[in-house]
Amino acid sequence: MLTDLTLAEARDGLRARKFSAVELTDAYLAAIEAVNPKLNAYVLVTGDGARAQALAADAALARGDAGPLAGIPLAIKDLFCTEGVRTTAGSRILEPFIPPYESTVTANLLRDGAIFLGKANMDEFAMGSSNMTSAFGPVTSPWTRRGDNRALVPGGSSGGSAAAVSARIALGATATDTGGSIRQPASFCGITGIKPTYGRCSRWGVVAFASSLDQAGPVARNVEDAAILLGSMSGFDPKDSTSADLPVPDFAAACRRGVKGLRIGVPREYRSEGMPAEIEALWQQGLGWLREAGAEIVDVSLPHTKYGLATYYIVAPAEASSNLARYDGVRFGARTSGEDLASLYENTRAEGFGAEVKRRVMIGTYVLSAGYYDAYYLKAQKVRALILKDFTDVFRNVDALVTPTAPSAAFAQGEKMDDPITMYLNDIFTVPANMSGIPGLSVPAGLDAQGLPLGLQVLGRPFDEETVFAVGAALERAAGFTALPGIRAGA
Amino acid sequence: MAYTIEGASGPWEVVVGLEVHAQVISQSKLFSGAATAYGASPNSQVSFVDAAFPGMLPVPNREAIAQAVRTGLGLNAKINLVSRFDRKNYFYADLPQGYQISQFEHPIVGTGVVEIELADGSTKEVGITRLHLEQDAGKSVHDQHPTKSFIDLNRSGVALMEIVSEPDIRSPEEAGAYVKKLRSILRYLGTCDGNMEEGSLRADVNVSVRKAGEAYRTRCEVKNVNSVRFVMQAVEVEALRQIAVWEGGGEVQQETRLFDPNRGETRSMRSKEDAHDYRYFPDPDLLPVVLEQGWVDGLRAALPELPDAKQARFISEYGLSRYDAGVLVAEQATALFFEGVARGRDAKIAANWVTGDFFAAMNRTGRTIEDPPVSAAALGQLLDLMADSTINGKIAKEVFEAMVETGKGPAAIVDERGLRQVTDTGAIDAAVDAVIAANPEKVAEYRSGKDKLFGFFVGNVMKAMAGKGNPALVNAALKAKLG
Repeated sequence: MLTDLTLAEARDGLRARKFSAVELTDAYLAAIEAVNPKLNAYVLVTGDGARAQALAADAALARGDAGPLAGIPLAIKDLFCTEGVRTTAGSRILEPFIPPYESTVTANLLRDGAIFLGKANMDEFAMGSSNMTSAFGPVTSPWTRRGDNRALVPGGSSGGSAAAVSARIALGATATDTGGSIRQPASFCGITGIKPTYGRCSRWGVVAFASSLDQAGPVARNVEDAAILLGSMSGFDPKDSTSADLPVPDFAAACRRGVKGLRIGVPREYRSEGMPAEIEALWQQGLGWLREAGAEIVDVSLPHTKYGLATYYIVAPAEASSNLARYDGVRFGARTSGEDLASLYENTRAEGFGAEVKRRVMIGTYVLSAGYYDAYYLKAQKVRALILKDFTDVFRNVDALVTPTAPSAAFAQGEKMDDPITMYLNDIFTVPANMSGIPGLSVPAGLDAQGLPLGLQVLGRPFDEETVFAVGAALERAAGFTALPGIRAGA
Repeated sequence: MAYTIEGASGPWEVVVGLEVHAQVISQSKLFSGAATAYGASPNSQVSFVDAAFPGMLPVPNREAIAQAVRTGLGLNAKINLVSRFDRKNYFYADLPQGYQISQFEHPIVGTGVVEIELADGSTKEVGITRLHLEQDAGKSVHDQHPTKSFIDLNRSGVALMEIVSEPDIRSPEEAGAYVKKLRSILRYLGTCDGNMEEGSLRADVNVSVRKAGEAYRTRCEVKNVNSVRFVMQAVEVEALRQIAVWEGGGEVQQETRLFDPNRGETRSMRSKEDAHDYRYFPDPDLLPVVLEQGWVDGLRAALPELPDAKQARFISEYGLSRYDAGVLVAEQATALFFEGVARGRDAKIAANWVTGDFFAAMNRTGRTIEDPPVSAAALGQLLDLMADSTINGKIAKEVFEAMVETGKGPAAIVDERGLRQVTDTGAIDAAVDAVIAANPEKVAEYRSGKDKLFGFFVGNVMKAMAGKGNPALVNAALKAKLG
């Protein structure tokens, strides 16, 4: 069926006129109708808009001036502002918000002819690793443990995006990653996701969580699809001062490079205590595949890794506490009135924000407060510089690093909910890439004993996504991962 | 004599430091492309960035940065080639982001100095601590509705320079002179229009008092004072208030106060305990501001001649007094006007006419230097008529008033009214003879040694000639005939 095609296959099929963009889009809309009620991956389906875009894509294909993504149906994480289409960031406080502008990343995709099926569910303001914090209900993973029907989490915060791609109710999706929000859900859902280098994709029009860490990227069926999508999403944007004025390489071509002669580093500090044996085994398996493909495996040290998570949970909430100050009920979004200005703020924010957002706003306010700034925020910035230095040092000797993406497979909804710290630990392997700005990709490498996907992470030099794609594609070829989730289009 | 205020316990010294907020002259705001015109209809100059919509990002306005650097150069200050924008976090309805983007730890301009001149002719240096760039907030309007407040975001995001002085100021006069001098420099540079009524220049005045030789005592900050006169008044009334507190056995509390010009007092706005914790941190949306020395040098080379340099030049080039030069350079347009009159003429006479009759006419008619009652060229022609003895000084004043009144040129007025000076010695001699003949007693007195009477004769001769006699020839004729 049409929804089984990869992005590259669908693109080629559209160009060969084997099927039309309208047919492909209708197939996805039908799949969404059938499957989304089980997953809650979409918070908004834009069927009419998608069909109109599909008609336009077909016309462009007929004329021969179609963009590289003409007719490709995508899900858009609800953190990206979409002109005229409600954008909630998974929060009650933005429930009524319809942006009068289009984010740069989604505008780039539209420029290239992509079709937007709807807005993907997510943890509120991208704060979470389970998609349990969405104001519009959790996303259910399309995967279940063997012989156990309990609903699992898809990971987060881009849980809706990952679940939609995994269940084949989107051909690809935009996502964002502040501490692992692309890579961890990709790992949990058995798909590929890349957080590119900070500055590769414009942040303009993306609802901010932590500005120095936030970065957009795609989730997709496979490495090549992710490369194609990232190529469209990337590029310099003068509206974002932190966007990099660099040319966008041909990422898809890099997937075919191979790894012969590459030096792949294995950071010893990632061998955390308590890591499940099967994840350790899969990691070794992945390194073995790369060695067989001609890469050299090198032990390396990233001595400040152990401070990564603690540092992240100072920097990210600090920036978030300030970034979320604009949600005050005055100019847009939800408002709960009060007697005076202070009670307007208090009522609006008390009702508009969920518990996890409030927790992080309070942590962030605390660490920036007079008397605590030096001990927390300033210290964290110093540690952050050391974490970056760790990577700069090892990348003098190796071309990429390979690690597990997450310390576990997907967990059940409701698990790990008692103690926020347990949940935060899920980001332990992904956070350092955000702290240092380097690119990181998660590629599915196998299943655990319960039949759940596990991903491996490839980290690379700043703005060297090409090597990351090359290594990811080599792992993908060797792993031959073909498992499918139980809940999916056509199943 | 240093300025002091006499209290019950003896003299008190006043210590003042100023934080001046100057709106940057720029087409667009500090971090958005929205326009900045004053007086536009509410919320008509607001971008999504200014209104802090989700996902909007600030992009620094290169021209605003250049203006800050020009100002720093004009204040003889250190330009920091690396500076940074920080967020100052607080909630208010007219602060859409919930934070103001400012420069806290690393301002774009460091220490500098401004020289002020006082009424007694002395000069004094006031240190500049720093200058930094920041966003202005919007405006809350509380008088449009009985229960609602309205928000106008036109000012939201407009670029301001905050110029902080050292606590070097010691009197209301010095505080006023400092603001005037700063305004003059900003106007010369074209970096701020200095318009205090429209709020494009406003001052926070930090005041404390102490006994001679003491360390600084606790200061209070008087916010948003919007004229030079109010700055001077605020210093004085706040100093008097603090002296009364100290002498009453109390202790001045550090706080923010408001100046009420109608009642001539300051009132407490918020105490130190209520002070915000602004939770400053580097704005992660913005990269550090990194300037090239060559770019700064280019701005420096393109700076106009500033008041101090111009004053020195007026003294050396035109032989003016320090005072006259100071008056003429305070406004760039006045200096330009003066040079238009003085060029190729006697500069001291030109200075006297500009600061005398011309300023008086400008005040009387309510005109400005940009729209003067008499043009520099016309005033120059008037001076030429005196220099070539077409008219004398007394007639020139009459002609000048006619120029102000009619807008006609001096030559036309002289011709129309027959004011040409009489140099015909026959006519002069006749007038002299008539005056001598009519005043035999005075002539006798003069000849017996009462020299002072000479002026009496000059006056009467001139009167007889309707003021048009050439003064030198009249003098010579009188001298000859009186013996």
